[in-house]
Amino acid sequence: MLLATEQLTRRYAGLIAVDAVDLAVPDTGIHAVIGPNGAGKTTLFNLISGLTPPSSGRIVFAGSDVTGDPADRRARAGMARTFQNIRVFNSMSVLDNALTGLHPRLTASLPAIVTRLPGFRREESAAIARARAALGLAGLLTRAHEAAGALPYGDQRRLEIARAMAGEPRLLLLDEPAAGMNPAERASLAALIRAIAAGGTTVLLVEHDMPFVMGLCDSVTVLNFGRRIFSGPPAAARQNKAVIEAYLGPKVAARLGGAA
Amino acid sequence: MSMAALDDLLWTYQNVITALGINGLLALSMYVVLAVGQLSLGQAAFMGLGAYSAALMSLKLAWPFWAVLPLSCVAPVAFALAVGGPTLRLSGVYLAIATIGLGEVMRGVYLNIDLFGGALGLSGIPEAAPQWVIFAVLGLALFVLWRIGRSGVGRAMEAMRLDETAALSMGVNVRRYRRNALLASAVLAGLAGALSAHATSFIGPNDFGFEPAVSILSFALLGGIGSPFAPVLGAWLLTLLPEVLRPLADLRLVLNGVVIVLAVLFLPRGLLSWRMPRRAM
Repeated sequence: MLLATEQLTRRYAGLIAVDAVDLAVPDTGIHAVIGPNGAGKTTLFNLISGLTPPSSGRIVFAGSDVTGDPADRRARAGMARTFQNIRVFNSMSVLDNALTGLHPRLTASLPAIVTRLPGFRREESAAIARARAALGLAGLLTRAHEAAGALPYGDQRRLEIARAMAGEPRLLLLDEPAAGMNPAERASLAALIRAIAAGGTTVLLVEHDMPFVMGLCDSVTVLNFGRRIFSGPPAAARQNKAVIEAYLGPKVAARLGGAA
Repeated sequence: MSMAALDDLLWTYQNVITALGINGLLALSMYVVLAVGQLSLGQAAFMGLGAYSAALMSLKLAWPFWAVLPLSCVAPVAFALAVGGPTLRLSGVYLAIATIGLGEVMRGVYLNIDLFGGALGLSGIPEAAPQWVIFAVLGLALFVLWRIGRSGVGRAMEAMRLDETAALSMGVNVRRYRRNALLASAVLAGLAGALSAHATSFIGPNDFGFEPAVSILSFALLGGIGSPFAPVLGAWLLTLLPEVLRPLADLRLVLNGVVIVLAVLFLPRGLLSWRMPRRAM
């Protein structure tokens, strides 16, 4: 397993946002955490990426316990993420955004930077090449020198993915990547995610759009009210009574069950 | 202009020229913390520690200036490390207020401990800092900060200024950057203090209180933080303005206040909003 959470729990005053969730993400493929609004998906992502400390439970990434590690250390260990509400660096160029994503790969020392030793120059041009490759993957190479904040919405979402991919992570966490996209943008996003997985990066995404997930993912984990109610292949999730109830409510689920 | 006339000019305005160099360094000391998105107003306190420790090394120990100057960073850096832990957990106005408080504490220490000369301050400090040294230090600081700003480190600094959460998720060690920015700020302000003490031969507790802290902030607010040159330009304008407008010299603080208000309202990115290019290769 590349990533595993064990009994992961996050309590807020009077609310358990994530309740003893066990999640296992294999070394390859595309995996999803789905659930209705308010199911705790984004909280789970923030726990995994280290932006929110857990109340209890454990997170194991690539064989080591990262539960106590801050977000930046997890990023340097090979975890990259995007955000549900886009967080590109607006006033920086598209290329600079992508370059920031490979910050963990830069090792030049301060004296090397100040004196511009050949090692620093080599590293910087290699970084630019890598950032441009990530932009190429996301189809943003022609806009490399535009301000990120000036890009259309869909492109900003793709830039977040390019920025996360520039550091060549082992695990890519996508928080509602299809939110606010039209069907054409969704299709090209799905192609991009497939290309990323084919390149060897494991993808874990959070979505509440079932059709988007069904055609794309190798496995899904369904959350409802912070609890895991299902884990398995997407086709089985579709048939699962608890999942249907969570999405449609018990009454509709019962009616569908009666009709079938 | 003949050489004699030039010498005359330089002599007449040597205090102003010295102030341009010192204030330029102080503006850079402000710049390094603003560049990582922190609002720390401890620069005047750092400067005071540099000035007092350097003055004491010269007066009490009679150490040569070339040894005193680098050692003048020690006290400000130690102070920055000591306050760094607790204050770096603060941010925004809370950090600003905490650092102003620390500056006032130091002023109380200078006033009440005999070693620091009390309200009279320390005088008779050897005038060992020629102007060219001041400007050499300023030039070196500008050069180093320019090179850093154009590297991946500068990119990470800008990223954490724009969106700290996103920067963290990109693997930027935000805590270390904040601490290092504070240490760099302490070094620059400490050097400015030591140079200033050895250029004017007198220092007093009120040179490093709340008023200078706000003046230093206004340098960076007026100039901007798009590149290290911007805050230095701001410092130079605010240093020269009272000289040009002699009758207003007594209103220097009023002028600084007005500049801060106008800069915040109309020039949120400062006078020099131009950003440094980051790819020459």
